[in-house]
Amino acid sequence: MHLMYFTEQPMSAYPEQAGRDFGATALMFSNKHFDPVAGSRLYNDYIEQYMLAEEVGVDGIMLNEHHNAPFCMQAKANIFAAILAGMTKKVKIVMLGNPLPLAENPIRLAEELAMIDMISKGRLVSGFVRGGGQEQLATGVNPAFNRERFEEAHELVVRAWTQTGPFRFEGNHYQHRVVNPWAVPLQKPYPRVWIPGVISKETIIWAAQQRYPYIALNTSIEQTKKIWELYDSVAADVGYVGGPENRGYLIQVHVSDNEEKAIENARQFRWMQGEFTGLAHPVWSTPSGYGSGQRRAGESGGFAHLHQADRQGSLPGDPGDRQEPRPQEPVRGQCAGPPQVLDRPETL
Amino acid sequence: MAGVDWTDSAIEVGGAKLHLKRAGKGRPVVVLHHETGTLDHLPFYDALAAHYDVLVPHHPGYSRSERPTWMRSVRDIAVIHRGLLSDLKIKDAALVGLGFGGWIAAEMASMAPADLSYLVLVGAMGIKPPQGDILDLAITGYIDYARAGFHDQKAFDRLYGAEPSIDQLEMWDICREMSFRIAWKPYMYSQTLPHLLGAVRAPALVVWGDDDRVVPQSAAARYVEALPNTRLEIVKASGHCVDMEQPEALAKLVTDFISQG
Repeated sequence: MHLMYFTEQPMSAYPEQAGRDFGATALMFSNKHFDPVAGSRLYNDYIEQYMLAEEVGVDGIMLNEHHNAPFCMQAKANIFAAILAGMTKKVKIVMLGNPLPLAENPIRLAEELAMIDMISKGRLVSGFVRGGGQEQLATGVNPAFNRERFEEAHELVVRAWTQTGPFRFEGNHYQHRVVNPWAVPLQKPYPRVWIPGVISKETIIWAAQQRYPYIALNTSIEQTKKIWELYDSVAADVGYVGGPENRGYLIQVHVSDNEEKAIENARQFRWMQGEFTGLAHPVWSTPSGYGSGQRRAGESGGFAHLHQADRQGSLPGDPGDRQEPRPQEPVRGQCAGPPQVLDRPETL
Repeated sequence: MAGVDWTDSAIEVGGAKLHLKRAGKGRPVVVLHHETGTLDHLPFYDALAAHYDVLVPHHPGYSRSERPTWMRSVRDIAVIHRGLLSDLKIKDAALVGLGFGGWIAAEMASMAPADLSYLVLVGAMGIKPPQGDILDLAITGYIDYARAGFHDQKAFDRLYGAEPSIDQLEMWDICREMSFRIAWKPYMYSQTLPHLLGAVRAPALVVWGDDDRVVPQSAAARYVEALPNTRLEIVKASGHCVDMEQPEALAKLVTDFISQG
């Protein structure tokens, strides 16, 4: 099994009540609540945590990014990846991942990742994500072309890594007349790619088609089983057998001297209105065109849920469409089944 | 104005399949609807159909017209609608553009067709307002956004119901996605349109609700400045959707303007 350490790098220093009053803790939640002094302290704390994680022997450190959100201070995962590339010695740098559609120039992304791979001496795992709905809005990227941009940027990055330049790329969303990045990755043919996700069927299918491992993020046991079923069936269609090496899972674990302390620790960890990613606003988290058309057909109740939220109503200019905070209690002594055994990545 | 006999037809123009509603006799008047799509029947449409041959094409990707996935700009819609008028052999049409439809109408007029008779722009998007910003669909709830178009919420309730149906919300979502596909950045305006409007030959009327919270009234002045032959009318007690909130007042403004020639 390959064990990785992950923190969202939350900004724990803002008034909780302000979030509750506003009704959402992302996108339009004002950055007047951000405290750069606390931010500076926290960023450095996180570096210390990462160094300790390596010291105690985790196999990898997972990084991600979000925008306009107190639950994640990483606005650019590549920055911490670069820091870790220079400061750590052994851990895999597992990016889960770079939001491809947010890139206006995927070649720059390919260059940055190639640099991280070389500086870390081949320790990069370059995961890619679509980015949540509100990430598109926070960066001004059109949510209606999210999946198209994801697939096209992926193609361009992989080609920039593997195809000898110079060449020309004329896509629907990306056009680059000269693709010839001087820096290319150390790992060949290119750094391993893992795809994290929550529920999106299309992403699971796409990952299985590419033979990229799929990392289920904190999904329920039932959902997780369905994810592996779907992945394996697509793998069979493509012509390989899906196995543990194709599977990853993110779970929140709280360890302490005794159960009581662990539960208390977990409660404190979940202080942010009890939500994994703060208080969501359905219209921002699922902008029109971001999800699949199936959402409209009412599959899994997604759109109906959105409607309900919309119907609660509010004044224009308000965050609107409020959802009551649903405190999520830590689950005692439970884990998502026996841990999947992941093959240790081949030595580089 | 009950009893107006509307016909429905599906017409293929260029790379788009359009749904067209049509009623009445006389001078052709083309009404271009909002980015929230259009209801099938509106008192404003009926009022115009009492005097004119009224055509309400559903924009590609909105309401009952299919979404052409290739479209990338509002000008694409304007070209398709120009094609529709040519296919239907409609000459000397007057264009009445409502909000987002006003942008489309302005784009159509900017192509300087010799046979355009009148141009009416009502709370038109398409130009960057010198003061204020056009309300952002992307961060506003479906109902909040639709309601923002009304000065008096009772007018909204009468048309959509106090609790709009799931079908209506779904339709707003479909329309919203199309707006993102063609008007995402810059959001709901063109940087070149103001410079093209100088070529418009037809007389124009610019109408704005006095309580427009969707498109700031400052944009009205910019339209008046850009169009060679135009005047401005402000409708009292009206939000952005003048056609839905003050249908009689707007119909009167339009008919008076068109009958002047």
